[in-house]
Amino acid sequence: MNEPLYLWLIPLLPFAGFLINGILGARLPKWLVTALALIAPLASFAVVANAARATSAGAMLPHAEGLQYRWIDAGLLHVDFNVVLDQLSLVMLLIITGVGFLIHVYSVGYMHDDKGYWRYFAYLNLFLFFMTVLVLAGNALLMFVGWEGVGLASYLLIGFWYQKTSAADAGKKAFIVNRIGDFGFLIGVFLLLANFGSLSFSDIATKLAANPGWTGGILTTICVCLLLGATGKSAQLPLYVWLPDAMEGPTPVSALIHAATMVTAGVYMIARTHFLFDRSPLALLIVAIVGAATALFAATIGLVQNDIKRVLAYSTVSQLGYMFLGCGVAAYSAGIFHLMTHAFFKALLFLAAGSVIHGLGGEQDMRKMGGLRKQMPVTFWTMTAAVLAIAGFFPFAGFFSKDAILYAAFAQGTTSGKVFWFIGLFTALLTSFYMFRLWYLTFMGKPRNPELHAHESPWSMLGPLVLLALGSIGGGWIGAGRFGEFLGSSVGYKAAEAGSSQLEITLSVVAVAVALIGWFIAHRLYRDNEGREPLAAAPGYTVLAHKYWVDELYGAVIVKPILAISRFVLEWIVEFAILGGAAWLLGGIMTFSGAILQRWQSGNLRSYAAWLAAGAAAVLLFALVSWNTVLAHVGIHLNMAGH
Amino acid sequence: MIPISWYLLLSATLFCLGVVGFLIKRNLITIFMSIELMLNGVNLSFVAFAHQWHLVKGQIFVFFVMVVAAAEAAVGLAIIIAVFRARATLAVDRIDLMKL
Amino acid sequence: MHLVLFIVFAGFCLAGALNLLLQSHPINSALSLVVVMSSLAVLYLLLGAEFLAAAQIIVYAGAIMVLFTFVVMLLNAGREERTLGSRAAKLLGFPAVTALLAVIATVILKAQGLGSVALSDPITTTEELSRVLFHELLLPFEVTSVLILIAILGAVALARAGDGERRVGK
Repeated sequence: MNEPLYLWLIPLLPFAGFLINGILGARLPKWLVTALALIAPLASFAVVANAARATSAGAMLPHAEGLQYRWIDAGLLHVDFNVVLDQLSLVMLLIITGVGFLIHVYSVGYMHDDKGYWRYFAYLNLFLFFMTVLVLAGNALLMFVGWEGVGLASYLLIGFWYQKTSAADAGKKAFIVNRIGDFGFLIGVFLLLANFGSLSFSDIATKLAANPGWTGGILTTICVCLLLGATGKSAQLPLYVWLPDAMEGPTPVSALIHAATMVTAGVYMIARTHFLFDRSPLALLIVAIVGAATALFAATIGLVQNDIKRVLAYSTVSQLGYMFLGCGVAAYSAGIFHLMTHAFFKALLFLAAGSVIHGLGGEQDMRKMGGLRKQMPVTFWTMTAAVLAIAGFFPFAGFFSKDAILYAAFAQGTTSGKVFWFIGLFTALLTSFYMFRLWYLTFMGKPRNPELHAHESPWSMLGPLVLLALGSIGGGWIGAGRFGEFLGSSVGYKAAEAGSSQLEITLSVVAVAVALIGWFIAHRLYRDNEGREPLAAAPGYTVLAHKYWVDELYGAVIVKPILAISRFVLEWIVEFAILGGAAWLLGGIMTFSGAILQRWQSGNLRSYAAWLAAGAAAVLLFALVSWNTVLAHVGIHLNMAGH
Repeated sequence: MIPISWYLLLSATLFCLGVVGFLIKRNLITIFMSIELMLNGVNLSFVAFAHQWHLVKGQIFVFFVMVVAAAEAAVGLAIIIAVFRARATLAVDRIDLMKL
Repeated sequence: MHLVLFIVFAGFCLAGALNLLLQSHPINSALSLVVVMSSLAVLYLLLGAEFLAAAQIIVYAGAIMVLFTFVVMLLNAGREERTLGSRAAKLLGFPAVTALLAVIATVILKAQGLGSVALSDPITTTEELSRVLFHELLLPFEVTSVLILIAILGAVALARAGDGERRVGK
């Protein structure tokens, strides 16, 4: 039947790596830290690969390996530690462990001189642990554990260079904004529990299947709450503000967490709960609107950024918008497909940017770069592959996945579908433009900073670049046309999605044409750039350069009032009233009662005598009245006549 | 034939008179004498009950009370003398400071 | 006969006690107390406690009250003055103690199983008393002798003049 796949090893190996490196890492020699850190993801990848092999050899999916270990048993709430492997989680795991391993290798070279070397790898392994838990989880609560955990790992890694105030602030911002999203997620989980009685995905799916007429209403509310969580984790409107700041972290972290894996958790979650979203057309529409709006919004901001990592950050937000759009038109397989190809080329883009930054000794401003084509050839060619992929040129990976989404939007038939298609198309134009802008500014032309002599990076960093470039080139071919079938029931794929191939080809041609237009415009503007920004004169430049003042808006409307209220509560209510009041009260009581009792100590012998007599009389009275009852309480029963 | 309760009543009266004297009187020595009165009242009670239950132990109790009262009187009067030396007064109202 | 004796000497007791309270000069109070002690000795005899009656006269009336009288004369204690405090004490004290007495009296009168005394009741001989005292209660007896020793020492130490004080007599 089902051979045991040891799925539980997948999260536990990185966790072991985290524990060892975290506790002992400071005292271990560097080579040992590296070895431990690399073995964990590699071993996890091996287990996943084995599972993939077993699948292709005919093992049944979904493969549920519940530890069948009851976690919570409280009234109506019963939650197990159960891990489930199906096609969807298999794809995610391959990406996480595979790309994760490559980024680990890259980090060996990138973080080589850092004092917190062991801490970095410990956190990275911790992240892998939580991410795999998130993906493997068979119920919403376990997924939430992974959900929160990756947020924690992200915070730790963004603020890795914690002595830098901006890095520490960015870490806090990421965590807090995520928290807001997580609030929505939790509400969704509560509603799920209230309406379905169970948090296990298979249970919920079964219950829904048994009620074919149940649509809308509470299901929409649940989906919107879950969507709120997804916007936080996947940096969509309105909770995207943490992702650009997250670039304060080391570049491999940006590649792994904020490009390939963590930010995709939101998309994964929607795909995982597709059976819920399918029942609520309104929720799906909202998802699509959020995705399309974010894609456009972020792309416009990315047009005018000067920091190479910021451009990539906004690009990530924009591409995530595409994935949400794909899910929003119920083409979950297209969304996941784009997730996979995006993992390849975005990770590659970040790593190559890291290589550039490393080679230039820390310079991140594109206006100061230029002409690196000759000085860093391998980086140049791999990055070129990535740029072509993200712009959506045939035959690179991005072409297939982006097209799948755009086609699905168009083919939906509704007016909104066509609007989404158009927005997606326009965003593709912008994407092509700003990516090639980046490409020209960084690599082409003459070096704008003659003092900087860039050197090519070591092969520990270049190796992963090359491998990812191969993925960016060939990744699309893996899934073209077949991805939906492969994912099958895990995303509710129905073969009827395969529509007219003629329409598909037409749309693809349009998309490629649009990408070429973008390249052309970039070529005209940036080919021989001397460092001035040609767009600076364009109307609306200031708005874009200030990122629509969203951060300032949030700061004024949300952050400042909360800080003011907190300060007020802390200083006046807690400090002054409660603590001060308590101290004053206690002291007052003591002093007051002391002043009263003091009068008893008069030194007057006769009053003492009087009180003595009174006390004796009281005892006597008590003895007369209730002597027997008192003794009975003590356990002595006397047989006395009278009293 | 006299009921024992009469002896007991007498004893109670003597005791209460001793209490009154203890509370009312101003002279230290008189207060002390009231205490002796109280003790005697109690002694009478003991002897009465010893007669009632035909127990010798009751009388022995009185014996010990007498011994202790004697010792107490000796020491107490010595204290009164010492207080008088320090305060030059025997009025209980005037002796109201702990420090001598 | 018994009744007459009882009433006479109980009367002496009460009179002496009241007098102790009502007199203002301590020497008068002391002498009243002597009267009380002696009457009590007779009452003890009526109750059949011959040894105790003797001890009462010897110890209480003969030693303790003498001591009291000596101290009164030594310290030259004068009449008590009337002050505000003493009037208040009189006003409050009498009723309170009367109430106490009332309570105790109620208990005594309500109690059942109390017998009566007659002149023909057997007397507790000294031999009986000493048998119990020196056989069962030997230890307490010895302890009380130590107690008296301590009391003597204490009295001497307390009453002697301190350093730097004018010695009385000498």
